Amino acid sequence: MILKVKELIHGTMKKDVKLGFLNIDTSLYKTRISSKFENRKPYKAADPRMILSFIPGTVLDIMVKPGQVVKQGEELMILDAMKMQNQLKCCMDGKVKCISVKKGDKVSKGTLLLELE
Amino acid sequence: MAINKKIKELQEKREKLFRGGGEQAIEKQKALGKRTARERVMALLDENSFNEYDLFVEHDARDFDMDKKSLPTDGVIIGSGTIYGAPVAIFAQDFTVAGGSLGLMHSRKITKIMDHALKMRMPLIGINDSGGARIQEGVNSLAGYGEIFFRNTISSGVIPQISVILGPCAGGAVYSPALTDFVFVVDNISKMFITGPEVIKTVLGEEISMEDLGGARVHSEITGNAHFFAESEDECFDQIKKLITFIPWNNSQKARPFETGEPIPGYNIDKIVPDDPTLPYDVRDVIRSIIDNSDFFEIMELYAKNIVIGFGRMGGRTVGFVANQPLEMAGVLDVDSSDKAARFIRYCDAFNVPIITLVDLPGYLPGVDQEHAGVIRHGAKVLYAYSEATVPKLTVILRKAYGGGYIAMSSRHLRADFVFAWPSAEIAVMGPEGAANIIFRKEIMSSDDPDGMRKQKVEEYKAKFANPYVAASRGYVDAVIEPGETRKFLLHSLSVSENKSIQMPYKKHGLPPF
Repeated sequence: MILKVKELIHGTMKKDVKLGFLNIDTSLYKTRISSKFENRKPYKAADPRMILSFIPGTVLDIMVKPGQVVKQGEELMILDAMKMQNQLKCCMDGKVKCISVKKGDKVSKGTLLLELE
Repeated sequence: MAINKKIKELQEKREKLFRGGGEQAIEKQKALGKRTARERVMALLDENSFNEYDLFVEHDARDFDMDKKSLPTDGVIIGSGTIYGAPVAIFAQDFTVAGGSLGLMHSRKITKIMDHALKMRMPLIGINDSGGARIQEGVNSLAGYGEIFFRNTISSGVIPQISVILGPCAGGAVYSPALTDFVFVVDNISKMFITGPEVIKTVLGEEISMEDLGGARVHSEITGNAHFFAESEDECFDQIKKLITFIPWNNSQKARPFETGEPIPGYNIDKIVPDDPTLPYDVRDVIRSIIDNSDFFEIMELYAKNIVIGFGRMGGRTVGFVANQPLEMAGVLDVDSSDKAARFIRYCDAFNVPIITLVDLPGYLPGVDQEHAGVIRHGAKVLYAYSEATVPKLTVILRKAYGGGYIAMSSRHLRADFVFAWPSAEIAVMGPEGAANIIFRKEIMSSDDPDGMRKQKVEEYKAKFANPYVAASRGYVDAVIEPGETRKFLLHSLSVSENKSIQMPYKKHGLPPF
């Protein structure tokens, strides 16, 4: 939404400032909205069945197969990151639904590695 | 040898060393749009004021054939001079000599001038332009950085420390600027990062340019590492010179007084702030309408714009301003703006600069991202910084002062010395809409016309609480003043707080939430 604001006498406020509205305690304030606020990611609750990479790195080894029944604490994968071989262990009892990466893949933080069911 | 001959010999030796890394390297430096280290020092300091030390220092590294290499000045110029007559100690890394890399003797030159600055209680300026640690010197190079960081920390709050990033400043080297008071960057020239694009690409497979990773804009707009952004080295030097006029030479002095001057008459202070508390305006216009010559020197202009900080003068004396900016994000307090304000408040307190706070905020920014980013911890920094500050603290409530935001913005309860409010001030636990919805929920819900009832109740609340008089009746506000009287009241308050003295309980140091 673009609104024009009248220039103040000697004011530094530019004529065509892009203004939007910000809701604070149910009052709507006419103001400039920062790009950081506009681009913020909507919150999503974490799903324990989705195993995401917690650090960027390389998939060194995968110990499980799709369809395999796994127990809590069982080793799923080795993720090589920051000169460390990180063991990814299963956080719950379940079954491997699918594996989204293969050996040797470079993954960034937050990449889906494996899905449980 | 006759003395004349010896003088000539000295001149020749100097001339040779003045050429730094030689013609070719200098040409390369120029091609990047950069001045040489020596040119920078000369451009920044008053004419003929530079006294150079340690020109003849050489490294004594032996490994990797380093014993066969001569590095003029070991890649850094140190000395002292003046800026508008103020004494300053300065070092400037010379990229034309071994890429300005930091070896043991290079670091010893820097720490020598740092020790000198601290001992003589004068400001220190560091010009950074270096490829990083001199790998051939191994752990000696790391030791050098450590010695610099230690001195940055010990000098912090005693002498002003200014860092100027005029080239790469990568890896551990970034921590010296980060420990200093003010960081200056120049577009397309400054580059600061812990791990560079190459490493990021190898390890993570992510591609990014140096500029996008740690260029001047990034640090001015996103990270908040830089305080002043300039388009050119010239503009940058002008900014540094101007800053020097606003700050004292050390923590036992006040900034030098200037001749006072009235604000430019064109700023009509009565008309800047709209009556409707939801409408925006530029709070810098209010600042300009009350300070000497309307000359406001803003700091971190591009970062967390919802709060404005900077220096101005009143009656010729430096004052620091902290002001909510309704033009940006309605002037809310959030993680970044709290951090920005808190650090500046502590700067002012450390260097005897009175703080004037202009209040107009609806409260804190709601959101999961804010809560998870630690708005509690960061917001607490503002409370801490204001409560701890013993310099004169003057507060003017222009319009909204709601809830926790009211308390945080240098309220009486955090020991502001003077709290003034304009007649447009609304000092309340929250905005009228929110408050009416809670207090009169039953009446609104059970009404045949909930919207009409809500409006009526909002009006009732506004009439009763959206004003400065409730707070004034408790003495939380010292005086309700006309906007046009603001400068007069502030000038008087500043003059009577000239000798403010407060004894804080003894402690080694407090534990601010950082």
